[in-house]
Formats: sequence, C-alpha cells, structure tokens
Amino acid sequence: MSLDMSQFHQTFFDESFEGLDAMESGLLGLDPSAESVDPEVVNAIFRAAHSIKGGAGTFGFAEIGGFTHLLETLLEEMRSLKRRWSSEIVDVLLKGVDATRAMLEAATRNEPIPSPSDLEQRLQDILAHGTEAEAMPERQSSQPESDAADKGMTTWDIQFVPEPDVAQQGNDPLRILRALASLGNVTTHVDSVALKPLTEHDAETCPLGWDVQIETAASEADIRDIFAWVEDACSLQMTRRSTPSAPVAIAPAAADPASAASSPKEQGDKPASGPAPAAAAGPKPKKDSVSTSSIRVSVDKIDMLINLVGELVITQAMLQQRGAALDPVEHESVLTGLSQLDRNIRHLQEAVMSTRMLPVDFVFSRFPRLVRDTASGLGKQVKLITEGEGAELDKGVIEKIVDPLNHIVRNAIDHGVEMPADRKAAGKDATATVRLSAWHQGGNIVIEVADDGKGLDREKILAKARKNGVDIAEGAPDSEVFNLIFLPGLSTAEKVTGLSGRGVGMDVVKRNIQSLGGAVDVSSELGKGTRVTIRLPLTLAILDGMTVRVGDDIMVLPLASVVESMQVQPADLRSVGGERSLLKVREEFVPVIRMDEFFGYRGSTEADRNEASLVVVVEDDHEKVALVINELVGQQQVVVKNLETHYKPVPGIAGATILGDGRVSLIVDVGGLQRAARQRSRPIAA
Amino acid sequence: MSQTTHPEASSTSTKTPSGAHHENDDREYLTFRLGEEEYGVDILKVQEIRSYDTVTKLPDAPEYIKGVINLRGTIVPIVDMRLRFRMAAANYDEFTVMIMISVEDRIVGLVVDGVSDVITLDDEHIRPPPEISAGSLDTRFITGLGAIDDHLLILVDIDQLVGREGLALTDHAGTSQSTH
Repeated sequence: MSLDMSQFHQTFFDESFEGLDAMESGLLGLDPSAESVDPEVVNAIFRAAHSIKGGAGTFGFAEIGGFTHLLETLLEEMRSLKRRWSSEIVDVLLKGVDATRAMLEAATRNEPIPSPSDLEQRLQDILAHGTEAEAMPERQSSQPESDAADKGMTTWDIQFVPEPDVAQQGNDPLRILRALASLGNVTTHVDSVALKPLTEHDAETCPLGWDVQIETAASEADIRDIFAWVEDACSLQMTRRSTPSAPVAIAPAAADPASAASSPKEQGDKPASGPAPAAAAGPKPKKDSVSTSSIRVSVDKIDMLINLVGELVITQAMLQQRGAALDPVEHESVLTGLSQLDRNIRHLQEAVMSTRMLPVDFVFSRFPRLVRDTASGLGKQVKLITEGEGAELDKGVIEKIVDPLNHIVRNAIDHGVEMPADRKAAGKDATATVRLSAWHQGGNIVIEVADDGKGLDREKILAKARKNGVDIAEGAPDSEVFNLIFLPGLSTAEKVTGLSGRGVGMDVVKRNIQSLGGAVDVSSELGKGTRVTIRLPLTLAILDGMTVRVGDDIMVLPLASVVESMQVQPADLRSVGGERSLLKVREEFVPVIRMDEFFGYRGSTEADRNEASLVVVVEDDHEKVALVINELVGQQQVVVKNLETHYKPVPGIAGATILGDGRVSLIVDVGGLQRAARQRSRPIAA
Repeated sequence: MSQTTHPEASSTSTKTPSGAHHENDDREYLTFRLGEEEYGVDILKVQEIRSYDTVTKLPDAPEYIKGVINLRGTIVPIVDMRLRFRMAAANYDEFTVMIMISVEDRIVGLVVDGVSDVITLDDEHIRPPPEISAGSLDTRFITGLGAIDDHLLILVDIDQLVGREGLALTDHAGTSQSTH
C-alpha cells in the first residue's frame, strides 16, 4: 500500500507521549505493597501500553511495537492478577516507559531507534520466570499454538468486509489478516464480488471482503482487538462454531477466577449466544475510556483567536469612548447596545483566554517521578505532596515554569533534605516531605515549593557572599540574606553532584521567572525547612493596568504592582544627596522616580514640578518605589503587545498596548524600572 | 484615523528614463523627498504609505526614532529620515508621510517630506556611491546614485538602514540582555 503514512505520525507520537505520561502517573500512583490494587488504574496503564503497541505496529515502528508488546504482556498479567504487584515490577515498568519514550523521541527525529535490549531481557526473564513463584501458567505471548492443547481450541467464522476507503484511513486489511493468522490456524476465502474489471478499478479503494475461519485458543476479545483499528470502518461478523468446551475456550484469562475484571461482559454472556452482533455493538473499551470531549487545536490557531479578540477589545474600547460623548437620552438604545457589546466582549475574551489555560497539574504531574528518581539517586527518602493542581494558568507560562520548578525541587531534595540517618538524629521523620502547592491570589498564581529539610544556613550564605564580593551588612534581615542565593555564583552546595552545583543556579531560576513577569522569594528556618515562593501572572497576554499621564503620553502601570496612589506636597519629598529624593510613606522612606525625567519626556514644566504632585507607589520584589506622574487617567484591561517584534527591548518598559483611541501606550515594567534606576544612580559601581 | 494609500494607487505615472527599456534588471523605485534631495527605495520593500500620525515616544531612544505607532495591531517604530541623515529637522506638514518598509519580517516606518513618484531604473543608470562621505551623508546606506534627466536620485540601501547597525532597532547589548 503506497499510502503516505508519515502524515499520521505526528498524531501517533502525540498520543503515544500522552499515553506514556498516563502510564507513568498511573504507575507512580500505585502502591505495590497494598493488598489490592485499583483495577481501574491498572486497566488505564494497560490500555495506554496497548494503544502505543497497536499504533507502533500500524505505523511500522517494529522496535517500538516489539518492546511495548513485552510491557503489554507483563501488564496483561498484572491486570488479570496473575502476578502480584511488587516495587520491582513497578520499577521495571517505569524503566520501560522511559525506554519507550526514548525510542519514540528518536523516531520523532527520524533517528535510528535505540533498542533497550537489557531491559527487554529483564522483561522476558520476569515473564518467563516471574519475580514471585505464583503457580499460574505463563502466557509468553499471544501465540498460543505452543500451548493450544492445554487451552482448548475454538473455531470462529469471521466475516470481515472493510469499507472501500479503509486504506485511506491508514488501515491495511492484509495486516489484519496476518495478525489473525498469528492467533491460530486460519482459512481465508476472498469475496471479490464487488471487484470491478481492472480498467474501472479505483486503486485506492478496497472492494474486497473476507471470510475467515480461524481455529484458535484466543478469546473473542483478543480477536476483536485485532479489528480495533477498523471497527468503525468495516462490517464484522463473528460466529463461534458451537463447541462443548466453551468455558475452557476463554482461557487463559478464565483460568484465574479473579480475572473477571478484564472482560466480563463479552465473555460472560456471549459464548452460547450464536451469531455475535455486528461490529457496531462490539466491544470498544479503548474508545470509551479515552473519549473525553476534547479536540486537538494547534496553539497557533488559539493565538490567532486571542489576537483577534485583542483587536476586538481595542475596537470596543474605541466605540465606548465615542459613545461616552453621546447624549444619553437621545441615544439610549445605542448606549444600551454598547454596554451589552462590552459585556459580551469581556465574556468572549475570558472564554478565549481560558482555552490557553491549563491546570498547573501539567507541571506538577512530572514531579512524582523526578522526586522519586532524585531521592533514590541520593539515598534519601522523600515524600511528595502536591496541592492545588487544578489552579489554571496560561500555557505559555506553564511551559516556561517547568525548568525553574525542576531546579527548585531538585535543589530542595539535594541541599534541603538531609540523609535519613541525620533526620532521625535531628528527631524528624526519616522520610522528608516536599510540598508543591499552587493557588490563585489576585491576578497571580502562587506556586510554592516547601521542604522540611535542614533549612538555609545564614552564616554560610553570608560567608560565601562576602567571598564573592557582595556587599551585605552583618545585621541584614534574614529575608535579605536568604535571597542572596539568587545571585550568580552563590550556590551553597559543598560539592558538585550530578544534580546541582553545576553553576546553572538559582540566578537563572530567578531570571527566568522575572522574564515571565513574576517574582521569586525564599524563606527558611534553620533545621525546619525552606520555602520557595513563586508568584506569576496568570497570563502574559492581558494585563490589568492603571493608565496614567506622564507629560503628554499615557502610560500603563500593571495594577498588580500598584500599592497606592496619593497626592504629595513638594515638602514631602526629601532630597538625599541632591539627586534621588525620598518620599515618606507612613513609616517608610520610598525612593522617588520622576517618570517624565526618567523616560526623557518633556512636557512637564517648572510649574508642574513645583506644584503638588501625584505619586503612585508601586512594588516589585518587595521593593517599593514612588513614581511621580502628572495625572491618573483610569483603569483598564490592556492587551500586551510586544515591542521587540519590530524594535528592541527598552529598559523599564514591559511592552506596549493600544488604547481605545488607537494610540500606542507603553506598559511600565516596574522591576525593570527599578533596576534601570539603580544602574543610573550608580553609574560606575558595578 | 489616518488614511492609507498604496503606492501603486497614489502614483499617477510610471516613468521610464529614455532608452532604459531593454534589460530585465529594471527595478522600480519609490522616490521621496528630504529637503532639497530626492531619494529612492526599492518598491518591493514598501508595504504602504500613511499620512503622518501622532507617535508614542519611546524612552531611551536616539533622537531620530520618533516613537511607535499602531499599525493594525502591531507596534511599529517610526524613524525620521531627516534626523537619521543628520539634516535639519523638518516641520511636519500635510505632505509629511510615513513609508512603511518591510524587511525580513520587521516593519519600520520612515518619515519623509513627501513621496513623489515611482520610477523604473536599470543598472546602466545607476552609478556607484561616492567613496568618500560627502557632506553629512552616510554612504553605508546608499546603494548607488541614479541619474534621471538632470537630477540625482539617491538610492537607499534599505536592508542596511533597517538592519542591525542602521537604526539601532535591535538590541546592541546582544546576548547579555536577551532572556532566552
């Protein structure tokens, strides 16, 4: 069949990677020591392995198919309770997941697919000899000829008529027949009634049907499995030749009375029922279990939608502005319409934005594995608790938060958590706890990584900081000292391990988080543990802003960083050393930045400077700064546009937006502004 | 709202200098005025022409970068060509237009005193730029000089101008500031 299968590869890869994730999380969720393992979980793991195997076979990835077949076989035995779960089996299966992932990754890159032969051998050993001496007969593979005598044979009449376009759906009827042949003795008869003369034949269709007689020990479900990929695209009739050995025929599964979980429905009520119902009524366990009501949409399309809605919001704001000038009595209906439009567009915008939102579980779900591997690699015992997995945030943010979080969690286990013996000596539980939690707070999401390890050592950090030439006072508050770990080169790891101390440190973490418009903070108590808190905006595309006038221009301050605004008299501003002045806000002295001067805007005159000024106090990273502006204009949601698309990054400016009147307005980056101000005030000192 | 006209529509005639009919290396240039001088840019790089509109100033920008405008939802920087070529600053009037130039996915608006015409030039009529910078003109941004009848057309190398060095539109500090 010369059909180009490669166009389906991407879907296969996507689904397989998802399947692997499902297997992994299922396996990690299992408690092998428990009396009984939830059969639904095992089924889910099995199904994932099964579809990867099936897909790999269909798309010609024989290595992947062969390997996952072993996994599937082992899982099938777990599922039918022929084996007991043990941590060894979970381990092997997890390694199998990794190996499969590596193979798939190689396949996505069109590289030669690595063969995990060691693991294959191990799986085969387990399958052949087992880890525990359970007296169940091993089902080595789905080729029952060898032990057919024990199982009893059934003869089935199968009438299989694929729809003419079966090949265009990526299915090859011959492959199915070959697969059938592997189950037992097959006699095939081709029904070519529909076949037209060669001159009229459309080479891309398949007008054939087959009558297959198969003598096999396999169960009906096994046979139907072969047709799983075409069950929607064919007519399939299966009839069992009546035999007296019905109960035995469903072996091997029936050999174990507890195995009813696997397929009780088909096996229980069909054996003697004569002609089986048509395929439409056939078993579709796979379909049912994965059919969540979702569709795959490319991110590009969603981003386009978001852009379009952004434009709509701008247009709407423009209309609103024009509408405000109308006489409310005369144009009542227009104004009602406008306010309705406003509401609808807000809803539309929220709905569209929510399509990009993913639960934070997408990040958290990878941590059980990471924690398990990291901890066992270091000989530590760590329990991971995750909370608030349902909190949603933007896909773009999620993708960028993975690496920093990885780093923080690894750090917590590597540096924070002590060895079990040390923990016991300190009177703690030998198993440490790492807690990952997420929650919404205002327009932000807060993600916290907390461990109950040994905490940060203030003195060590201070010593290291001094060695690196950081100027810090002896009596600096703890929070200030601890936040020094975010400076480059201040890893307090005593030795470089495979995990941390390699120089890519918390400074990179901090930079990454700041580039997302977020902030990171660390608090710690010696001997009790460390807590790293990340605050992130929910989305990068929309911002609640406070619009202010600076000179002739309107600027936007992110509402999230605005603390308060107030009117101050010139006398309230204390000048220190001439240049930078301070404003006393209650008991605090806050540095003042004159926005018009800072951004080089002309427009505020000497008179402007001397009269009472408006000040907006903003905060970033716990550092407050008072911005002198000329007028408070209002509050509105703005769509963040990138300046860098056609220009370059500007210090102190996070981006731009388009106001209702079509004009461009710059969005202030409070953190960047503070950094830029600091650099200007200390031009030489590094 | 500012009006937008496409150069094809706005130019009434497409003149061909005498005897320049034969070769295939004919190129069309949009000509514009800066003071007394006439310049040309490759018309294929011109996206559209807009009348001058208020721009939003950018902090920390060179003087010749007037600011940014909203071009149907994207933020586009605007460059005053007079200031870029170190000529006397112009008063913006009703003839002042912005030529929106698109080079390698980047869009830049050039403020000029006015657009005049679209002309076709072949290589024969283009002379190399002078080796030595004459006056204030920076020869780096000139591909050549076109002679039409008795006046001179200065052909602007728009890729150079919009590129890294020309307008300081990209980040000079390079890797240290980039976040990825």
